[in-house]
Amino acid sequence: MGWIGSIVPLDHLGHYIHWHVILISVANTVVIGLMVVTFIGALLLPFPGRKSRKDSK
Amino acid sequence: MSTTEIERQWTTRLRKRAAGKLPPEKLLPDTQPAYVASWIYVFGVATLASLIVVIVTGCVLAIRGPLWWHQSFIGHFVNSLHLWSVEIFFFTMIIHLWGKFFMGAWRGGRTLTWMTGCVTFFASILAGFTGYVSQTNFDSQWISTQAKDGINATGGGAYFNVLNLGQMLMWHIVLLPLAAILLTVLHILLVRIKGVVPPYEEDSEILA
Repeated sequence: MGWIGSIVPLDHLGHYIHWHVILISVANTVVIGLMVVTFIGALLLPFPGRKSRKDSK
Repeated sequence: MSTTEIERQWTTRLRKRAAGKLPPEKLLPDTQPAYVASWIYVFGVATLASLIVVIVTGCVLAIRGPLWWHQSFIGHFVNSLHLWSVEIFFFTMIIHLWGKFFMGAWRGGRTLTWMTGCVTFFASILAGFTGYVSQTNFDSQWISTQAKDGINATGGGAYFNVLNLGQMLMWHIVLLPLAAILLTVLHILLVRIKGVVPPYEEDSEILA
């Protein structure tokens, strides 16, 4: 497991974003960001094998 | 036994009601409407797939116990699979929730489908929390001692004592998985009965 520590330092406190009453870890912010990106991607990326509405009419 | 008596049996009535509401072709359909061919509709089944991995790895952890998952290589691996499948479960469930929220997935008599999804989400949060306090390591000690003040402030600490490892473990491996599984089954059956919610534009075309 030591190799993980060489990529991400695990032996000290994590980084936090503190803005007024909002306190959130950078790790959680990254995960939320990834969810938003995935959500937008799911809406916009073409689904394999799907015919466009124009083709189906 | 006469035909009337057979018709009046609760088993006969239940079977007829179940078959009427959910015939086999509706339970396991061959095709789906064209609008389902979108990535946003994938996240419900992705949540279900990760839940299955969570349950299977949880069962393996329950069979082998804490010493195994703390000390052996395979134990660490299965423990990590359990953790990361939970991470993916919540990741996909939240995207599924966002998708369904913006689709207004409670439309067309699907209120109960939406509500069972919401309750499953809250049950899953509680299952995740009790999992964190059941790890039997310094992390779980830290989380439970921090959480006790919050729960005691609500007055719930007498009934739900996060410092009581036995109680938390029982909630985590018996009550909450049972609730999550039953609610998920009900949620999926309701999706099959009512069908997948159409986009707003399709809905307005149907109504027009």
